[in-house]
Amino acid sequence: MAKKEEPKLDLMGNWAYAPAPEDSKHIHLNKKYDLFIGGKFVKPTKGKYFDTISPSTEQKLAEVAEADEKDVDLAVKAARNAYDKTWKKMPAKERAKYIFRIARMIQERSRELAVIESMNGGKPIRESRDIDVPLAANHFFYYAGWADKLEYAFPGRNPQSLGVAGQIIPWNFPLLMAAWKIAPALATGNTVVLKPAETTPLTALKLAEIIQESGLPDGVVNIITGFGKTGAAIVNHPNVNKVAFTGSTDVGKLIQKSIAGTDKKITLELGGKAANIVFDDAPIDQAVEGIVNGIFFNQGHVCCAGSRLFVQEGIADELIRKLKDRMDTLIVGDPMDKNTDVGAINSKEQLDKINHYIKLGNNEGAEIFQSNCSMPKKGYFCKPTLFLHASQSHRIVQEEIFGPVLAVQTFRTIEEVIEKANNIPYGLSAGVWTDKGSKIFNMTGKLRAGVIWANTYNKFDPTSPFGGYKESGFGREGGLHGLMPYLKF
Amino acid sequence: MKKATPDFRQSPTIDQVSVEERVARFNTRSIKKQSKLQGLKLALNMIDLTTLEGKDTPGKVKQMCYKAMHPCDSLGGIPTVAAVCVYPTHVKTAKDALKGSNVKVASVATAFPSGNSTLEIKLLDTKFAVDNGADEIDMVISRGEFLSGNYNFVFDEIAAIKEACGKARLKVILETGELSTLDNVRRASDIAMYAGADFIKTSTGKIQPAATMPVTLVMLQAIKDYYYKTGIMIGMKPAGGISTSKNALQYLVMVSETLGSKWMTNEWFRFGASSLANDIILQLEKEAKGVYYSKDYISVD
Repeated sequence: MAKKEEPKLDLMGNWAYAPAPEDSKHIHLNKKYDLFIGGKFVKPTKGKYFDTISPSTEQKLAEVAEADEKDVDLAVKAARNAYDKTWKKMPAKERAKYIFRIARMIQERSRELAVIESMNGGKPIRESRDIDVPLAANHFFYYAGWADKLEYAFPGRNPQSLGVAGQIIPWNFPLLMAAWKIAPALATGNTVVLKPAETTPLTALKLAEIIQESGLPDGVVNIITGFGKTGAAIVNHPNVNKVAFTGSTDVGKLIQKSIAGTDKKITLELGGKAANIVFDDAPIDQAVEGIVNGIFFNQGHVCCAGSRLFVQEGIADELIRKLKDRMDTLIVGDPMDKNTDVGAINSKEQLDKINHYIKLGNNEGAEIFQSNCSMPKKGYFCKPTLFLHASQSHRIVQEEIFGPVLAVQTFRTIEEVIEKANNIPYGLSAGVWTDKGSKIFNMTGKLRAGVIWANTYNKFDPTSPFGGYKESGFGREGGLHGLMPYLKF
Repeated sequence: MKKATPDFRQSPTIDQVSVEERVARFNTRSIKKQSKLQGLKLALNMIDLTTLEGKDTPGKVKQMCYKAMHPCDSLGGIPTVAAVCVYPTHVKTAKDALKGSNVKVASVATAFPSGNSTLEIKLLDTKFAVDNGADEIDMVISRGEFLSGNYNFVFDEIAAIKEACGKARLKVILETGELSTLDNVRRASDIAMYAGADFIKTSTGKIQPAATMPVTLVMLQAIKDYYYKTGIMIGMKPAGGISTSKNALQYLVMVSETLGSKWMTNEWFRFGASSLANDIILQLEKEAKGVYYSKDYISVD
């Protein structure tokens, strides 16, 4: 037999997809955005504004107000006032009507919200259109349903609202996180002061417009923009009864310290470094799909991203080959293009951090693989990246990178993989891939993670509680469990 | 690289939910402008124009053959289809009608569509088609034997037919609508490829569901695994149920992202379809002239 060449596929070779950009002409953005306090947009007391840009073009989109302590105080006062005078006294089924209305208005304006989310945050329009915005609406719908049924959710326990909730959300799912925070707080009868992340304030401000239009009583939801200092002022305000934070573990620790000794309730949803575990009896092609969704979804800016891949040794070579093939089909580029799979990194700062870790992984001796894709010349982008032959002691395995970088380790036995998966300060999520149901249940009992997906990854639903163990935080969001952090009994 | 026959009970397992999710991802690809035009022409060029009816006559077959060579002469620069697919008794008619063109003649054989006959008859059926000039043979597997677990029977039968094909390329129809699970589709694909299939094909078109994207994806992945193991390329033919240009483009996206450009020719990928060609012509006319024409402007054969 004549010697044949090594089989090699030429994926996405001769049939390039023409650009299919989502139209953004219908989008109206103000030049300047003020603070949404007491049902009105008001100028910040110091008159300071900062730019918000599009990470894919580096162009300025709008100026956004920076709230200082005085503004925070005004917002908390407005929220307190609304709580005491209206929201607390309103019959629960009336409260529900407002939440339902907000949900419907998000649906009606879903296209606009999706486009702005992709412009401001860099995530592909496919994701903001199919995941972020519909899920945000679903969270409002779901919790609207609970508003007048709290006694049934917690029978015999007389659930009571807390007062003013101070909520600080991250930049990876700006609108969705706002929905995760606001919907349960309103359903349980609390009022809200919410601060979106400084890099992605626009959809939260659009949500403020929706809330204003919905006729929600003034001051029930206040949305103020700013940096870490603004967030700290919310956390430290004596009239805030509840702090809910989603973001980095470092900031979470600071928040926990600063509220020590107060009676503020707290929920923290922090970082993660999830193990995605593939056994040799798994459906391999579908596991590859799950690995890709686990780490490259939203450019890896996902706290529950499957950033550590554990592959059983017998199938490692085959799985890695398939994973590389699949990565070659990922389209990296303009977030507004409907065919883009991986969009822009959220900020220059985050891109620098990711590149730092990529350098680190190279220095640590892990074998790097980056997909063979074309990259835009402008904007903040990062190629989907694998580090093969990673060790448990590598920093790229131990630390959260929050980017499209996957560390791959192999394992031999079930005991070994459980030990390694749990050997991390985080415990937010994990994935298990096997054809055997019994193995799944054995693993879910032993993995120290708040969310465990079996034969799938990164699936979210308003009815399902989400939250972590250990340094990934505490408290649950979503589902019936998500009501509890906003109630006293 | 070696081609040892594996234990087919050990074929990889398939997770249906994830397969459907992957297919949904293919379907969100937005194919516009130049890539749409290129895709439509390619799809037209991959069609096996088919008539498999009891009422087929030489007249009908001849007319279809002309259509195969001249899908729409009023529109310049469009390709012919890949092949016509007929019953063995019409192979000679089709062969004569297509003389001088590149369009191949494919013939179903082996007691199509049920496959419920003896091996002798299936071999005779195959040889008759080949002797009459068929370039390609579309055989059906014995689904009953497959579902009873007699994989060796199915394997041996395919191998025997392959031998009878001589130079004709063999397409093996799994009739996935009767196999019920994607695990079975994968297993049958493996059996067919190791037994000597040149192409694997989803359906006869006589059973519903016929070709679906999840089934086709599982078969494409089987082809990919076989290629990596042996270095041998196997063709793929989804048949039945693909009638719109949009759907055809979605299939092409799936092929391009699963197997890549080597398979993006009619040597390695075919659509078994009868009405798809006219829908593609309709779309190509729209691309060329900017407006949709009435279907009365497109010949029906």
